[in-house]
Amino acid sequence: MPSPRYWRERANRFRLEAARCKGCDRVTYPARTICPSCRGTDLETLNLSRKGKVVTSTVVHVGPSEFTMEAPYAMAVVETPEGGRLMVQVVDCEPSDVQPGLEVSLEFRLIRREGHSGILCYGHKGVPVG
Amino acid sequence: MAGIVGYGAYIPRNRIKSEEIARQWGKDPQAISRGLLLDEKSVPGLDEDTITISVAAGLGAVERAGIDPSVIGALYIGSESHPYAVKPSGTIVSEALGITPEVHVADFEFACKAGTEAMFVALGLVESGRVEYAMGIGADTSQGAPNDALEFSASAGGAAYLFGKENLLVEVLDTYSYTTDTPDFWRREGEFYPRHGGRFTGEPAYFKHVLSASRAILDRSGYKASDFRHAIFHMPNGKFPLSAGKQLGFTKEQLEVGWLVPTMGNTYSGSSPTGLAAVLDIAEPDDLILITSFGSGAGSDSFILRATDLLPQRVERAATVKSMLEGPRRYLTYGQYAKFREKIILND
Amino acid sequence: MREVAIVGAGMTRFGEIWESSLRDLFVEAAAGALNSAGADHVDSIFVGNMSGGQFVGQEHLGPLMADHLGMAGVAAARVESACASGGMALNMGFMAVASGCSDAVLVAGVEKMTDGADVTNVLASAADQETEVYHGITFPGLYAMIARAHMEKHGTTEEDLAWVAVKNHKHGSLNPKAQFRGEVTVEQVLRSSMVAEPLRLLHCSPVSDGAAAVLLCPLDQAEKYTDKPVKVIGTGVATDSIALADRKDPAFLGSVEKSAERAYKMAGVTPKDIQVAEVHDCFAIAEICCLEASGLIEKGKGAKAAASGVTSLGGRIPVNTSGGLKSKGHPVGATGVAQAIEVFEQLRGESGERQVEDARIGLTQNMGGSGASSVVHIYQGV
Repeated sequence: MPSPRYWRERANRFRLEAARCKGCDRVTYPARTICPSCRGTDLETLNLSRKGKVVTSTVVHVGPSEFTMEAPYAMAVVETPEGGRLMVQVVDCEPSDVQPGLEVSLEFRLIRREGHSGILCYGHKGVPVG
Repeated sequence: MAGIVGYGAYIPRNRIKSEEIARQWGKDPQAISRGLLLDEKSVPGLDEDTITISVAAGLGAVERAGIDPSVIGALYIGSESHPYAVKPSGTIVSEALGITPEVHVADFEFACKAGTEAMFVALGLVESGRVEYAMGIGADTSQGAPNDALEFSASAGGAAYLFGKENLLVEVLDTYSYTTDTPDFWRREGEFYPRHGGRFTGEPAYFKHVLSASRAILDRSGYKASDFRHAIFHMPNGKFPLSAGKQLGFTKEQLEVGWLVPTMGNTYSGSSPTGLAAVLDIAEPDDLILITSFGSGAGSDSFILRATDLLPQRVERAATVKSMLEGPRRYLTYGQYAKFREKIILND
Repeated sequence: MREVAIVGAGMTRFGEIWESSLRDLFVEAAAGALNSAGADHVDSIFVGNMSGGQFVGQEHLGPLMADHLGMAGVAAARVESACASGGMALNMGFMAVASGCSDAVLVAGVEKMTDGADVTNVLASAADQETEVYHGITFPGLYAMIARAHMEKHGTTEEDLAWVAVKNHKHGSLNPKAQFRGEVTVEQVLRSSMVAEPLRLLHCSPVSDGAAAVLLCPLDQAEKYTDKPVKVIGTGVATDSIALADRKDPAFLGSVEKSAERAYKMAGVTPKDIQVAEVHDCFAIAEICCLEASGLIEKGKGAKAAASGVTSLGGRIPVNTSGGLKSKGHPVGATGVAQAIEVFEQLRGESGERQVEDARIGLTQNMGGSGASSVVHIYQGV
């Protein structure tokens, strides 16, 4: 990933910065300027809690080339207590144990690296609670 | 008085047993656990490095301090495994913790002493009044060369300490540093694994510095070994810290809480700081604590600390070292370990 | 608005076509469509293509294809909506004719996927790069999440998914243009290697090369080209949030529902009137979800449709008589046009062993990404 693009996204990647629509309470992650539910433009930023619950999940066995070393790995759509939803890998567990309803904490991890000499790209991953 | 207002630690969930490594190289597993007192060690996942460990530990420190992270005026990370050769780890950690942009940031390196070095500087800045709060972190994902004695110990983890002047969890009563040029262990630019001087790492290096620093701070402060509830000495293997402690007059009971190396391994810059975190997790008000680090090259930093009434009330705000050492973990085969530590050659 | 008819069709076989380039594939299908209608002139060309740029480094397909068809000078442009690019091109062609802007429009879809590009990554560029692909999701992974959500909500099983593949392979075995002409059993599907849990290799459409093209004109000019035109009586396009995480119910494809409603409304028909349908079965779960969202099968009942025979040849509503994306192949940009050709042939009674008896009204549904775009067309034999 080119560094300007990665840099631009650091608020949501590093701190889970999201937006809440003051009109309808819809939380969007990453933050947007127009609410996708009601088209409201009065949005406040908030940082999502570093925890959530799995909405749906899979275990990727055939991954993109950058992720072959990690396969098989679990991925899930996770909903935080604020109602924000995000797609994350879920790690440090048996991938097949990642099923809807699982509680996870969201931890700061290395997500991808651009070859041997490119930048390191961080973000959040889920880890089962307990 | 300045002191610790928050602390946190992090240890990855992957482990490898000494016997698994010994078996790989046709060594006697008993000899390793008897000789070095090492049973297993932590191993970073492919997605864990000094930066992620620092963020996890730093979040714990902020939680236990209960402060707005943006008021932190300085952040230093000591490590010998900063993921970038050029580009600071500390900027990423500061950004993730919500500390940027009004913060002084630097990455430190001093072999295994870089963590206490970061703590030392952070403390000094708070004491001087230059900044209100400062964080010092020691973290590493150290690599030992395959089939080298270091492979049994080099592990991953770290701890973060947030210093301030109000609502102290721990008072810092004194510090002392002892440094000489002693080439016992090194890694040249561009080299993947460190090299060491074998038995030269013992007497003239580890023991000379750890004992000199510890004796000097005891002399200066007027405390005796028996005044302390806990003592932590850098843990390159199981034996050295026990031996150093014994020579200084500490008992097994005073050493055992912070002596994590048999199951954690040597987390290098994170070693004695993580040992300290394990002590703080269970310390009682007024407990006196001695910590002496060691970094090859070589030097030791000593701190005399005293727990406050507030400490026990804040422990549960973040994960304890025990919960991470004894919590969910995955034991790796040597093959998985080689993959996780990127010892397998792949095409680009 | 003028009535629009399809009057000619041409397509390559689908599969790993090592000897043909992107432009070769296009020329074969496009020339086939023109020849079938005896046409030597068109007013405009729409080329559906997902990613010539990433697959073979070739953009600017409009002029390239017009040139290689010997028609440099004609208005031509590429149309892109990921895997729904072919369907979107048909929608554009329809509008060009219906509006009166063009009298003869060539609509083609083409993709060359086997020239060495990293297919997983190219396809993933149809998902949200910032919030999905960054974290390592793949297209099978996204549909696997849809499948798991559907299982949670409706009790769908891996076996239900397997039946979709079994049915479509059976249909595809009758299609000479299909990539895979062998039948598979439920056991074979459930034993095939895991791609993204719960989806296995045989739940997934293959990587394919291929092209398909149709010629459109106003219905009142159709007799110039054919005595068996097929009317396009409805077209509907809809979108949804691109990231799966942004959908309240990941088991439901809202874009498919909306695009179908729009097409039904324009056509003045209901789902009950549809006698043959091609829907976007890029993965087995997609056929189930698309059938439910388009109203062809009741919501929550899609899972059992394939096993029960309702959607098989001879069933109440035969679905994917061509073999679908699963068996016929899925050269992504070509798929939407190839679906139209299957229904075109069905409504003309030219489907041979796959013929649905007395089919008069048919539907195609073509989808982009994990359901972020969907295009539905409804056709009527004349």
